Amino acid sequence: MSGISIILVILVAFLAGVEGILDEFEFHQPLVACTLIGIVTGQLGPCLVLGGQLQMIALGWANIGAAVSPDAALASVASAIILVKGGQGVDGVGTAIAVAVPLAVAGLFLTMVVRTLSVAVVHQMDAAAEKGNFSGIEIWQLIAIALQGLRIAIPAAALCVIPAEIVQNFLQSMPAWLTDGMAIGGGMVVAVGYALVINMMATPEVWPFFALGFVFAAIGDLTLIALGVIGVAMALIYLRLTESAGAAAGAAAGTGDPLGDILDDYE
Amino acid sequence: MAENAKKVELSVSDRRSVWLRSTFLQGSWNYERMQNGGWCYAMIPAIKKLYTTKDEQSAALKRHLEFFNTQPFVASPILGVTLALEEDRANGAPVEDQAIQGVKVGMMGPLAGVGDPVFWFTLRPILAALGASLALSQNLLGPVLFFVLWNVARMAFMWYTQEFGYRVGTAITKDLSGGLLGKVTKGASILGMFILGALVMRWVSINFVIKVSEVQRSAGAYIDWANLPEGYEGLHQAFSQFAGGLSLEPTVVTTLQDNLNSLIPGLVPLLLTLGCMRLLKKNVSPIVIILALFIIGILGHIIGLL
Repeated sequence: MSGISIILVILVAFLAGVEGILDEFEFHQPLVACTLIGIVTGQLGPCLVLGGQLQMIALGWANIGAAVSPDAALASVASAIILVKGGQGVDGVGTAIAVAVPLAVAGLFLTMVVRTLSVAVVHQMDAAAEKGNFSGIEIWQLIAIALQGLRIAIPAAALCVIPAEIVQNFLQSMPAWLTDGMAIGGGMVVAVGYALVINMMATPEVWPFFALGFVFAAIGDLTLIALGVIGVAMALIYLRLTESAGAAAGAAAGTGDPLGDILDDYE
Repeated sequence: MAENAKKVELSVSDRRSVWLRSTFLQGSWNYERMQNGGWCYAMIPAIKKLYTTKDEQSAALKRHLEFFNTQPFVASPILGVTLALEEDRANGAPVEDQAIQGVKVGMMGPLAGVGDPVFWFTLRPILAALGASLALSQNLLGPVLFFVLWNVARMAFMWYTQEFGYRVGTAITKDLSGGLLGKVTKGASILGMFILGALVMRWVSINFVIKVSEVQRSAGAYIDWANLPEGYEGLHQAFSQFAGGLSLEPTVVTTLQDNLNSLIPGLVPLLLTLGCMRLLKKNVSPIVIILALFIIGILGHIIGLL
């Protein structure tokens, strides 16, 4: 990697680290982070595939309440750097993904460390508030954010300066049964993410829609967008039917399109 | 305190500045008071505008460094309501500290209950799965689509709900029990479950390569490679035999996967997903399951099952 590439990779890593805590722009999602690293290192194709596969695994990783999910930021940044330095192109994706999962655990511990350090940061904010010092609070907020950015940027920088041969030798020394087996495991791991999501949403009322999705997907001609349209249509129909069933007892309200109602109120 | 002389109001640009700052809500997330630092950071433009003396400003800052935690996007309507309350208070209305803290705490729980399933378990997985399926074929449109759609939806949601909260003030809590957001949640989970069913079918891959049977085909049912003429004539004969329906191999190989697919395509991925759900409900950590699946993949490959 050239010097400029390394600087840009570290910048992407910093952004991913910041987003790992903010969860707003989603720079830390594998789909975005791997793609950005692919762009700045000139290896867009393999990184896109890596981002896509890793994203499928990470679909259900979400920070709920105080619980912290496996860290998508470190997993995607570090595995993309390893993929780029390994120089095996798309063939290296399976191995990179297998490396990514332990890294997601490592990242989880790192963010817990920073979240503990932030306790000290908010105590500084308390002191600033006591004096009515606005800029004090603002500066400490930015320091806390920067700490989360460095959490990913520092490991990324370290990976960048490790010579490419060492990474390559390490990857090539892995026997075929291990890398193939890991690729097979990667195909199954996706199920864990889906299981997490289903556990959060499933009620007896919505299970039939899961069954419908499952059998509709067997029709290969339907793209994911088409399936999305079917899903939205069914949700709207279901909501309107339940509403009109309820309206029989009393006054009907709204148009049956809750989002539309919200928007109508506002424009 | 000169509020009797002139009413202080938060202008659109003040509210916009709060909206922009609320992007950093979770920046100083900590195990003591969670999102308190980011919340206070977001309120600063309003506090500066509404309160003029050092004492009032200091009291307001401390008031907004109390414990707070919710799904980051649904913090926006709560910010809106809090802005309205602070504005009333600065204009002399008897709004107590406890009232402001009460509104924050009272709204953050139920709203997180809406925000988590709608954003983390429906919108993001669906957009991400759409983007990822494009990215797998090396299409840059995948990540771009995900990033743009997500952020447009998020920023619009945050601005409009903050404005909504600001306009209706405390009335928003009544509206929440009115069921509008309940409907959004239900619609989102219907869509989410439908898409999840499709994703389990399409993207969980297990392939049992183990052979169930290997049957010798009868003579004349396959191309007899050893007895073909030399050169292009042989090629010609082979292709015409193949087009005529003869098999390339002298044996019929049936793998376990072929048998399962003829039963229900995607049955094994479905069972795997249901199994994972069970383990998760028994509080097995997702990371443990992920590592176990990798080990199963490697061992299964070594013994020739997968």
